[in-house]
Amino acid sequence: MIKHDSLSNVLYIDLSKREFYTKERSDIFDKYLGGSGAAIKLLQEECKTNCDPFSPDNPIIFSVGPITGLFPLASKVVAMFKSPLTFNLGESHAGGRSAIAIRSAGYGAIVIKGESETPIYISVEDNDVHFKDGSALWGMRSTYTVGRVLRQSERGSGTRTIMRIGKAGEKLVRYAGLTTETYRHFGRLGLGAVFGSKKLKALVISGRSSIPVKNSKKYKELYDQIYDDATKSAVMRKYHDIGTAVNVSRLNEISALPTYNLQYSKFDAVDNISGEKLAEEYLGRRIACGHCPVACIHIAALRVPYEDEKYFFKTTMIPYDYELIYALGSMLGIGYPNGLLKIIELVEAYGADAMSTGVCMAYATEMFEKGKISEKDTAGLKPKFGNWNTYMKFLKNMIERKNKFYDALANGVEYASKIYGGKEFALAFGGLEMPGYNTGPGGYVGYLIGARHSHLDNAGYDVDQKHKDLSPDALVGKLIAEEEWRQILSSLVVCFFSRGIYKPEIVQDCLAAAGFDLDKDAQLGVAKEILNEKFKFKYREGFSFDKLRLPERIFKVDTLRGKVKKDYIRKCLAVADNYYKQNKK
Amino acid sequence: MRITIVDAERCVGCQLCMFACVRRGGKGGLLDSSILIRSIGGLERGFRVIVCRACPDPPCAKVCPTEALKPKRDGGVKLYPEKCIGCGNCVDGCILNAIFWNHEKNKPVICVYCGYCTKYCPHGVIAFGKTDEGD
Repeated sequence: MIKHDSLSNVLYIDLSKREFYTKERSDIFDKYLGGSGAAIKLLQEECKTNCDPFSPDNPIIFSVGPITGLFPLASKVVAMFKSPLTFNLGESHAGGRSAIAIRSAGYGAIVIKGESETPIYISVEDNDVHFKDGSALWGMRSTYTVGRVLRQSERGSGTRTIMRIGKAGEKLVRYAGLTTETYRHFGRLGLGAVFGSKKLKALVISGRSSIPVKNSKKYKELYDQIYDDATKSAVMRKYHDIGTAVNVSRLNEISALPTYNLQYSKFDAVDNISGEKLAEEYLGRRIACGHCPVACIHIAALRVPYEDEKYFFKTTMIPYDYELIYALGSMLGIGYPNGLLKIIELVEAYGADAMSTGVCMAYATEMFEKGKISEKDTAGLKPKFGNWNTYMKFLKNMIERKNKFYDALANGVEYASKIYGGKEFALAFGGLEMPGYNTGPGGYVGYLIGARHSHLDNAGYDVDQKHKDLSPDALVGKLIAEEEWRQILSSLVVCFFSRGIYKPEIVQDCLAAAGFDLDKDAQLGVAKEILNEKFKFKYREGFSFDKLRLPERIFKVDTLRGKVKKDYIRKCLAVADNYYKQNKK
Repeated sequence: MRITIVDAERCVGCQLCMFACVRRGGKGGLLDSSILIRSIGGLERGFRVIVCRACPDPPCAKVCPTEALKPKRDGGVKLYPEKCIGCGNCVDGCILNAIFWNHEKNKPVICVYCGYCTKYCPHGVIAFGKTDEGD
């Protein structure tokens, strides 16, 4: 990397001692670039083996990459921590302004350690870190309000990030997310709860430092090439026009849209909640992450009358994406767009992960329908697919851990099903509630063997759409190859939507502009090593392929590739197990 | 010539203009960008584009005690850094907040009206030169 590039500065913040310091860590960034690569090394260093995820021994790592702030679409932040949901590797990515803010403040990574005794929030302004009293923010009903307050009280408008948790994080709901810039989320695996356990309500970061480049002329030429690709390519156009919600009708068509807790993979009311429908009737604004021309963030404007006064309306702006429509729409049988948007708004206000929340409520609904739980458990509510009004109340009870049953649900569907039963339709993979791609074996195996059990680890849904009848070796081979390559992308922190632009040759040129010399082979070498380091951490924390639970439901529902066989999935897991065990040696 | 804001409502807040401004000088990041996009109170409400509008009779120059800012014939100002004492009057004098500050040099950062940023606005928010619409 270029000498004096602030990328190698790591900011350490110790909440217990209320002190901070910076360390120069080119030892990590030179080799692992940034993002996922740097984060996993820092996590290995800072996270005590077998620690309780809610203890001060669990650190929170944020990291950005060498080309963040140099090239478009390299604006994700990788967050790493030990997940309170899976008790293993926690890794979550988000965009917004967060990456640009961290890089501009002069850091490649931020490590937050320890815990505070009282509610606190942190403000990072270039070289300064301020520990501020968070009591006034703690307990606020909505993450929107927290954002509004901090927008006024903190500096740096236009070049800052405001990350905050909601009530879900405060209540240690194990799938609470961290919200950034109101509409983007470190959603998965419970980062919000880790914040909550540290009494850390928010993190505001701003700065305006410059980033050096190797050859200005070449840099500008390369920039123009990437800019042209990003603004003219069909994929980018698709995400600009309708957004990720464009996939709702597409996945429904191919029998891949989880519906009614995955009893079905097609939703009869899909046309009411499709991306096209929402764009035509509700879309109010599109916004972009920092340094990204695409603007895939789609926000609905929902006009709602007040009941107590005629002609008195409020218009609220509610973000929607494919995953939210799946988890809080089809999965719950909600085909009424206003109802869907209201639930999304409430989930946003609480700061819970939409996917996990939807899956937990869908599970509970089926439990209730099958008589495995009663109104005694649900505190009088009668959850029913499609009944969005009930889900609004149900959600409140869940976030507030109202009774024993809701408390179990707040710990995730894996935990709840251990206590209340219904494991066969408790849809979690590796302990993480399922994403919305019911495409077939590639999807399922992808969730199971991915380092963070996310659909984005290895895009198994994509393999299902391109191939069928692959042998276990072939399928797992494809998934691992994709996951390895994605380690480079997520270490550069480029958005996965732009993976068609950031091919190895372009990556090599971009890295050269940032002072790194890595050809395609060298990139793949680093990629493999990063993934291996993640699995080292996973094994260290007790992960085992044998322990992965397969919910029976996935063998009964239709997928794009028909019914999936258990035996086949087990064989795939054995192949993956073998691969990582050999690497471990 | 100056930057015209054609329609701020089209702005998605991508910051590409800000990065372009700095990149023109051969660097990455946002230091010394003379254009700023900020939300008008949450991203959902839209954005403000803050950039020098090349006033025909620029107030910033009027309050400069050392004539470090000189009005240009067709509007706007030119900065003569060797004359600047870093008093910051110009910043206070600009009600558009379009004069930024370099804290290391302790001098203002002012648009040079090159129009480079407008080439990188993918959504038709800003344009270079006069247009029929916009401000």
